[in-house]
Amino acid sequence: MNLNWAFIVESLPLYKKAMWLTLKLGFLGTAISLLIGLICSIVLYLKIKGLKSIVLAYIELSRNTPLLVQVFFLYFGLPKVGIKWSETACAIIGLSFLGGSYMTEAFRSGLEAVSRSQIESGLSIGLSRLQLIRYVILPQAFSVSLPSLGANCIFLLKETSVLGAISILDVMNVAKDLIGMYYKTNEALILLVVSYLLMILPLSFLLSWLERKVRYAEFGN
Amino acid sequence: MQNSAINVFLEGKNFLRLLEGLLITSKIAFISIFLGTILGILIGLSRTTKLKIVLFINRLFLELFRIVPLLVWLYIFYFGVTTALNIDLSGEIVSIIVFTLWGAAEMGDIVRGALQSLPKHQIESGKALGLNTLELYRYILVPQAVRRMVPGTINLATRMIKTTSLVVLIGVTDLVKVGQQIIETSRFQYPTAAFWVYAMIFILYFIICYPLSQISKKLERKWNS
Repeated sequence: MNLNWAFIVESLPLYKKAMWLTLKLGFLGTAISLLIGLICSIVLYLKIKGLKSIVLAYIELSRNTPLLVQVFFLYFGLPKVGIKWSETACAIIGLSFLGGSYMTEAFRSGLEAVSRSQIESGLSIGLSRLQLIRYVILPQAFSVSLPSLGANCIFLLKETSVLGAISILDVMNVAKDLIGMYYKTNEALILLVVSYLLMILPLSFLLSWLERKVRYAEFGN
Repeated sequence: MQNSAINVFLEGKNFLRLLEGLLITSKIAFISIFLGTILGILIGLSRTTKLKIVLFINRLFLELFRIVPLLVWLYIFYFGVTTALNIDLSGEIVSIIVFTLWGAAEMGDIVRGALQSLPKHQIESGKALGLNTLELYRYILVPQAVRRMVPGTINLATRMIKTTSLVVLIGVTDLVKVGQQIIETSRFQYPTAAFWVYAMIFILYFIICYPLSQISKKLERKWNS
């Protein structure tokens, strides 16, 4: 395979710019997903009437449909009935809509893993409700949830690859343009793979380090 | 005018065409799930060996699919492999190849997990009862391993069906593409067609994936307790 190195060097800035955009969208999408997930999982945990069924319906809708169709609906469908968004807004809303349900499940499994005896023990040594949540429930729930939360972050970052379809200028689009305009297929694809490795590998190492750090709560289980 | 916009599905053969697109989507998903499951079982079995090199290759195979997004793999096969080998592959074939490989990698991990999660004493108790290897597999290991595999496998199938929506991006005339064509042709007659057609595609995916994920959830609850 003969690679045109001059071409690779020349296209690096394009990829760099696109990677920042991907990371930015991924970060915003993940942050909002975490927020949605936290709120929804608390609604489910406390079994708040009315809200609970809305949350459950949302989870099913979001988990059982592809992101591509979700963003197409947001970007091409909704403007026809008068709701217009920019493509960046669509991308972030789409990612958050998808990620929110995954994060909810992750938080929920953590909250459910805190055993009854832990809560009762906490109450019996005289902790207030707030202290119980702060010192007993959240630390344990968080350490149980963390592996799936981390997996979801990586999942969402990978899902951003779909956003090229609504003319977000991410690495997918850059690669596609370079292939279409210059026929530099190998170079474009290698750079594409490298840019995903550069984005996802460090994140994956960071997450497994973090997982080891907070595993203390499993003590005694 | 919104009432009349729903008529976009009654116009000509529009709805029938959408279903035809759905058929292509399901065909790609079904073939890949089928082939991926068979390959995946073999991979999963091979991961129970102690040969370092086999384990390493398997691990690499899985991690490559977990780290690099699937759309990138579709691009690699559609643009890269075809140019490198100087062959012509249709988008449909490329999708089936990529989805099969992905399915096999993930399925291999499910099978490995199921086999390794079986407690050792099950094998030992079986032997103590005087079962031979075949009986051991037939009555003790396979039934238990399958129970642990099925929910994960159905989940994987749902994920694969959802992900088939990506094939439109390498030029396959799937459900999404047919939807785009309908929007394009009825643009003047029904200006709001895009809204209804994408909503319909959304619902169609939901109708297929929702029952599957419910079944997997039920089985998981039933067999875990």
